[in-house]
Amino acid sequence: MKLSDNYDKVGSWLSGDGPQSDIVISSRVRLARNVKGFTFSAHSTVEQNQHLLTFLQSKVMDSALQDKVYYFCMQDTSDIERDLLAERHLISKQLACGSGPRGAIISHDESLSLMINEEDHVRMQTVASGLQLKETYAILAGIDDLLEQDVEFSYSKQYGYLTACPTNVGTGIRVSVMLHLPALKLTGQMDRVMRATKDLKLAVRGFFGEGSEPIGDLFQLSNQITLGKSELEIIDELITHAIGPIIEYERYARQKLLEDEQSMLDDKVYRSLGTLKNARLISSEETLLLLSYVRLGIYLGRIKGVTIDTVNKIFLLTQPAHLQYLYDQTLDTQNRDEYRATVIRKYLA
Amino acid sequence: MQCEVCDNSATVHLTEIIDGQKKERHLCQACSQKAGITIKMSSPSKTMLNNFVASKNDVSNLSEQVCEHCMLTWEQFRKLGVLGCSHDYEAFGEPLQKLIAKAQGGAIAHVGRVPENISGGADNQLRLIQLRQELHDAVEAEDYEMAARLRDEINHVLPQL
Repeated sequence: MKLSDNYDKVGSWLSGDGPQSDIVISSRVRLARNVKGFTFSAHSTVEQNQHLLTFLQSKVMDSALQDKVYYFCMQDTSDIERDLLAERHLISKQLACGSGPRGAIISHDESLSLMINEEDHVRMQTVASGLQLKETYAILAGIDDLLEQDVEFSYSKQYGYLTACPTNVGTGIRVSVMLHLPALKLTGQMDRVMRATKDLKLAVRGFFGEGSEPIGDLFQLSNQITLGKSELEIIDELITHAIGPIIEYERYARQKLLEDEQSMLDDKVYRSLGTLKNARLISSEETLLLLSYVRLGIYLGRIKGVTIDTVNKIFLLTQPAHLQYLYDQTLDTQNRDEYRATVIRKYLA
Repeated sequence: MQCEVCDNSATVHLTEIIDGQKKERHLCQACSQKAGITIKMSSPSKTMLNNFVASKNDVSNLSEQVCEHCMLTWEQFRKLGVLGCSHDYEAFGEPLQKLIAKAQGGAIAHVGRVPENISGGADNQLRLIQLRQELHDAVEAEDYEMAARLRDEINHVLPQL
């Protein structure tokens, strides 16, 4: 069994069956750690990075995790498979496109992944469908404990877990959720939300993580502060002061659309569905844009014949690397846009 | 007031506390620079303490400060945005702490998970954390007598770790 057996399916975090997954697509918790006695990845030699990779890989593959995970050495993994892993949110673009000895350890159900020699020696994450931050954190803390049985991480009483970048020092935690906010966008309230989150010292980013524009009304919301608060405090604050209120605003905005703007809503939803069902050429950007309205239409009961499952499949499997992998050939942009349209028509037939 | 070295008027007035004894010095701009005391007009008090402390520790230039383990300089760190090794947190001391405080909403002390396998030296480490927080607060409050005393105590505790 290999992870690649699952590349034509979606991972568990995209199953759409988590709590409040009509608005919170997924929850993710990440911890950054460095091994004591070794220089940080960016500043060390190839030999040291190789040594660390071998060391950490053996520690994990010898632990209780061994039967539940796959190991990927990035230098032995093809370009396209690295891109696939990045599209599935299992590794970062930085790890996929980086150089030198680095690896990833990924659980069979894709809920846990551990990157080795990214910005820090170890970056471990758990991800789940819907709003499940506390649950995913609890699992990750267990993994942290497990690793600490065999590995001593760099830690100081003053600054906590020591990381390559001081913006991660202390807890080393990054807590984030992916939110779908089409109603807030349609009712022109996104600016207000963005401003409010800035005031709370939270990072809001578009779908693909750092430095991107929001596509398809998908927003990633995460903490910026990692020091001076406990992990659970950080999670609680994010939920209480940001996620909770934003969910309420989006729900309210959706309700208002149903009550006051049903024709406009239906028009947007059905035009989007119509284009997806009939286009012969379609870009990934346009796909995400249209899928956003279809997703909204399903959750508001305006579309009956399409499931969220289908929407999630289209969402993942029409991304560039997935398309290329599933069609087993190098496609240029026009060919890709053509194949994408074909795949979408197949799913919506 | 006249410069104690030459005949120009004194524009730099320095109060030094050495072994509990207060000593005042009055110098002109040129002579103060010769003596290794430099004043930046923008934030005089904090820079004065840094320079006072620096002159005692023979660290002449912040950008040349270096971690002896990984050989990363402060200037390199500012360019790259990432540190070289865990010892940098100690080696870059106060300037790094200022940066951390700015990035972390004022926080400079960890509150959260602690590794189960943590090694010893607990008491001195805790004392050091306490002293550092007090030094930070004293500088913020511009209480330089207190700050100098705390700095001395930190230098006393550090070799014991």
